[in-house]
Amino acid sequence: MKEQLKVPTMAEYMAEGKQPEILFWVGSAGSYDDRAKKITKAFVKLLNNANVDFAVLGAEESNTGDVAKRAGNEFLFQMQAMMNIEVLNAYEIKRIVTCDPHSFNCIKNEYPELGGIYDVIHHTQYIKELIDAGRLSVKGDTYKGKRITFHDPCYLGRANNEFDAPRNVLQNTNATLVEMKKHKRTALCCGAGGAQMFKEPEKGDKDVNVLRTEQALETTPDIIATGCPYCNTMMTDGIKAKEKEDSIIVLDVAELIANDQD
Amino acid sequence: MDYLPNIIFAVILIAGVGYFARNIKKLIRNIKLGHDVHTSDNKGQRWKNMARIALGQSKMVVRPVAGFLHIIVYVGFVIINIEVLEIIIDGLFGTHRIGLKVLPESVYGFLIGSFEILAVLVLVAVIVFWLRRNITNIKRFKSLKGWPKNDGNIILYFEVVLMCLFLVMNATDTSFQSMNAGNVVSQYISPLFGDNPDTLHLIERTAWWLHIIGILIFLNYLYFSKHLHILLAFPNTYYGKLTPKGQFNNLEAVTNEVKLMMDPNADPFAAPAEDDNADEPAKFGASDVMDLNRIQLLNAYTCTECGRCTSECPANQTGKKLSPRKIMMDTRDRLAEVGKNIDANNGEFKDDGKQLLGDYITKEELWACTTCNACVEACPVSIDPLSIIMEMRRYLVMEESAAPMELNNMMTNIENNGAPWPYNQQDRLNWVNE
Ligand code: SF4
Ligand code: SF4
Repeated sequence: MKEQLKVPTMAEYMAEGKQPEILFWVGSAGSYDDRAKKITKAFVKLLNNANVDFAVLGAEESNTGDVAKRAGNEFLFQMQAMMNIEVLNAYEIKRIVTCDPHSFNCIKNEYPELGGIYDVIHHTQYIKELIDAGRLSVKGDTYKGKRITFHDPCYLGRANNEFDAPRNVLQNTNATLVEMKKHKRTALCCGAGGAQMFKEPEKGDKDVNVLRTEQALETTPDIIATGCPYCNTMMTDGIKAKEKEDSIIVLDVAELIANDQD
Repeated sequence: MDYLPNIIFAVILIAGVGYFARNIKKLIRNIKLGHDVHTSDNKGQRWKNMARIALGQSKMVVRPVAGFLHIIVYVGFVIINIEVLEIIIDGLFGTHRIGLKVLPESVYGFLIGSFEILAVLVLVAVIVFWLRRNITNIKRFKSLKGWPKNDGNIILYFEVVLMCLFLVMNATDTSFQSMNAGNVVSQYISPLFGDNPDTLHLIERTAWWLHIIGILIFLNYLYFSKHLHILLAFPNTYYGKLTPKGQFNNLEAVTNEVKLMMDPNADPFAAPAEDDNADEPAKFGASDVMDLNRIQLLNAYTCTECGRCTSECPANQTGKKLSPRKIMMDTRDRLAEVGKNIDANNGEFKDDGKQLLGDYITKEELWACTTCNACVEACPVSIDPLSIIMEMRRYLVMEESAAPMELNNMMTNIENNGAPWPYNQQDRLNWVNE
């Protein structure tokens, strides 16, 4: 009974001589990582439900170069950035939404100097926009009364000062939002940033994701909400390390809202 | 020889201020070893940040107890130093309490009275600070050893001595005491010194001289101490980052090369575009302090070694070697070393076979950073340790190809298939039908 998702590409729009309202930047994780693909699909479901005229680049999308930049490879970053900018500019893209705060930060802040100037928003901001505009409705009973704690992604929160949009969106579920001691500006990283996702951690006495998971567990949540595919992986692994996978689930804000639709 | 004290005073004053000026000149020279950065933008916002963060100490009160006490010491210290102005004039011209000649007795009394109260508050705050530093179990202080630990304490002792001298000086000044205005605190210590006018006068003079000499020593101690922040916090917050924390700078030199590479019409044998050797960096990233920019070097001198950054750092909290405070202290230590090298070699830096990377900061520290910006957020004086970490990573990757193996694999994947994993770019949309 899987509903078929409608995911038009920019090339298709172009062939029809049309412009979408917004380009959905899927990102590398969202395209290839099994867990992140579920987030991508949940978000597309919301876009479909809200009748948003959107498109993806598909095979024309390439890695933003963000992770190469944080690893110190400025060359690779700028190569990737300029390739992507060429594609985006050729399609005259104005507005971009993405589920990955790293892509969000990179395209929003680091592409403009290289010639890529777009209005870039994070999917939690876009979901909020759709709800506020009355284009998307949330039932508000799937998670009613559940305890949800939101883990701020560094590159959405501290890096770009967006703390409220994901929380506002979550309020629509009628769940009880509980905050960790370290939240918003002082939130602890999940441990994936700065290219850590792709390497073994340095020697230490604990993994960062385990520490962050412990902080989340202090709030005795039913659900840990995330807004980033990497955070999601890290927190899911943390829950497994703490052997709590039977009682606590880790879900992206988009998934929570998608599960709470008619 | 009535003028002898005035002359001695003038000599001490000139020597103290002169030595301080010399050190400040050195400090500026050292900072200028770094690359120039464009910071003439957004003046309004910059002044506002300085007023809010340095003057208003907005970041200090995030930790309320320490923040409140710090404000007392800061305000107390700045205001009491108005008194120094009077001491200098008195010293140079042989007057006594010149303030009384220009101000009505009530105003003067009010001023000195407030100074005395502040002096007591400062004493209390300093004692609490000392206890926090030495007795309580605060990790960011306990982890300091050697000079940095002593430095923190020395300055506290200094403040105790200066405040006490100020109060003793007032308490033993018979004419000031008999005026009975402004001696709100000193009237209670005054009886301790007996009533022999000669002894009192001697004590008063001694305290007066020690007070001004102490202040001059304090001034000159700053250059060697983490307490430079009381001066440098102002320029440092002014020059602090204004763009979103997540925005890392794009290397201009790289942009030029990449553009050339991507331009199908570019002639690969053409001479590089004009202004090639203008101020292009000799290398990508940083392996030593001269490769950093001036703001980063100013950051290093401004660091108060408070450790707020490190206590928020996810890598440090999980036992990794990385400590953003250490990054800043290492940068300063290396910069001071380079400065001494230049002094010893008639203004030229002589290669000493050392550099910031490797001799001070190890790769292991650099690769542990998650670029989460928690350190930047925590710093009360707008220091950006992350930017130094990034410059050194850039050097490791672009100059030495010394990234950890897994990261090299990840980057090769991006180069070949546009994703950090070995998947085909043509498969980017496969998720739709899975
Ligand atoms: S940015 Fe790096 S150094 Fe700073 S707190 Fe995060 S992990 Fe630590
Ligand atoms: S960088 Fe800032 S937070 Fe870190 S020790 Fe120095 S002054 Fe404190």
